[in-house]
Amino acid sequence: MKINKYFQVYKKFIYTSLASELEYKTNIIIDLFTAILSLLGSIFLLTIFFQNTGNIGGWKFEQALIIQGIYTLLNGITNTWFNPNLTEIVKHIREGTLDFVLLKPIDSQFFISLKKFNPSGFLEIILGLYLLFYCIKINQIYLNLSFAILCLLTIICAISILYSLWFFISTTTIWFVKTWNATEVLRSFLYIGRFPLTSFSFSLRIFFSIFIPIAFITSIPSEVFLGSSQSWKILLEVFISFIFIITSRKFWLFALRFYTSASS
Amino acid sequence: MPRLNKNKIITLLKVQYSNMLEYRIEIALWAISGIIPFFMLNIWTNNDLNESLNISDIMLSRYFLSAFFVRQFSVVWVVFTFEEDTILGKVSPYLIQPLNPFFRYFAQHIAEQITRFPFALVIACLFFLLNPGSIWVPNVNTLFLSFISTFLSFLIQFLIQSIIACLCFWTERASSIERLLFIPTLFLSGLLAPVVSFPDYVKSWIYYTPFPYLIDFPANLLSGNSTNINQGFSMQIIWILILFPLFRKIWAEGTKKYTAMGS
Repeated sequence: MKINKYFQVYKKFIYTSLASELEYKTNIIIDLFTAILSLLGSIFLLTIFFQNTGNIGGWKFEQALIIQGIYTLLNGITNTWFNPNLTEIVKHIREGTLDFVLLKPIDSQFFISLKKFNPSGFLEIILGLYLLFYCIKINQIYLNLSFAILCLLTIICAISILYSLWFFISTTTIWFVKTWNATEVLRSFLYIGRFPLTSFSFSLRIFFSIFIPIAFITSIPSEVFLGSSQSWKILLEVFISFIFIITSRKFWLFALRFYTSASS
Repeated sequence: MPRLNKNKIITLLKVQYSNMLEYRIEIALWAISGIIPFFMLNIWTNNDLNESLNISDIMLSRYFLSAFFVRQFSVVWVVFTFEEDTILGKVSPYLIQPLNPFFRYFAQHIAEQITRFPFALVIACLFFLLNPGSIWVPNVNTLFLSFISTFLSFLIQFLIQSIIACLCFWTERASSIERLLFIPTLFLSGLLAPVVSFPDYVKSWIYYTPFPYLIDFPANLLSGNSTNINQGFSMQIIWILILFPLFRKIWAEGTKKYTAMGS
C-alpha cells in the first residue's frame, strides 16, 4: 500500500526530528514561555483596544478572543511544521542537497514539507485549543455535530491555505535562493490575522481578502465558530483552499524544471 | 579590550557597507516587514479608539510613522549572527584579532541602517501619499534630539542582545532567549500602541523598565507628541550605564569559557 508506506516514512520523520530537538530541552521550555507571553501580550493589546469601547468592527471582546485562539492554533501549526521545513528547503537548494531528495523513491513535496517537526510549536497548538474551548464556554456556544464538522472543515481549509502560502515562498527559493526575508514579510502580514478583519478600513480589508487571504485564514473560521457565517462563505473557503493546494503543487512541479543543482 | 581608532572605524564601516549593499533586496524586504505599526494605526483610527486618549488622528498617524522609523533604525539581530558564528566556529579567528568582534557586529548594524534608510524613506513617502494630512516637517532641533534618542534606543537593544549573545558560550541556542525577550519588547515598547494608552496598572511601573524608551519615547519626540524629554534621556543613559558593565563582565567570563566549537 502506498499510503501505508508514506505513513511509515512519516513516523520515522517524527522520530528523528524529536530526537534532535529533544537535545535542547531548555529551549523547549523557553519556547513554551514565549508562546504564553505572546498570547498574553496579544490579549493585553486587545484590552487596550476595548478599554473605552464595547466592540471593534462589530466584534465584542469575548468574540475577538476566538480570533486569537484560531491565530494561536494556526501559528503553532506554522511553527511546528511549515517554518522548520522552510528553513530546510532553503538549505537544500543553497547547498545542492535537493538532488538527494529528488532521487529518493518518494514524492519530493511530501519529503520536503514534512521532514522536520518542531515539538515546541506543539505547545502553542495546545494553548490555542485551550483558548478556543474557553471561548466556547464564555460565548455560550452550543456544541453539536454539524458545528464541530464545520469548524474542523474551515480550520483544515485555513491550514491548507496557510501551507500553500508558505510552500509558494519556499518554492521561489529555486530562483532566488535567499527567501528568508520574504517569509518575514509574510509573517508580518499574517500578524493582522490576530484582529477582526472588519476593524480595518475598506481598502485594507480588500487587500487582506485578495492578495494575502487572511479573510480565509482566520476570519471565516472564527465566524463559523460564532455561528455567524453564511454558507456561501464556507463554500468559497473550501473552493479557495482547493485552488491554493492545487496551484502550490503545480507550481512546485513547474519550479523543479528550473532546478539546476548547486555545487555538486 | 582593544582600542578603537578612527582608521579602524572607517575601514569597518566601509567594508560592512559594501557588504550590506550586496543584500539590498533583502534589506528592502526587511523594511517592508516592519510596517505593522501602520496596520495598528488603521485599527486605532478606523474604530475611533484614540478619542478617549485626546490624540487626534493626525497626531496618532505621525506617532505611528515615527514608531516605524525608530523601529527601522533600532532593529538589532546580533544574537542571530553571533549564534551562527559560534556554531560554525567562526568566532575563533575573530578572537585572535586585536579587536572585539562586537565592534564588527556593531559596524554591520550601522551599515545595514544606512542601506535601509532609502527604503524607509520610500515607505514614508507612500504613507504621506495615502495620508496627506499627516505631512509634517520636524525642525532641526527635534530631528537632532530624536536622532540621538533613536541611537540610544539602538544602543540599549544592542547591549541587551549582546549580553544574550554571550550566553552562546554556555548554550548553543541563545536566540530562543532573545525571542522570549522580544515579546515584551513588542508589546510594551509602544510599537503596537502608544504607552499613554496603556492601563494605569501597567503605566505605574512601565517607566522604570527600558521598554518605553525603545520606541515610544523617540517616536513621541519625532512626531511632536508630548513627552518628558529629561526623564526619557536620563532613563536611556541610566540603562546603558547598567547594561554596559554587565556586557563587559559576561564577555570576559564567556571568552574564558569558549571551547572553539566546530573548528
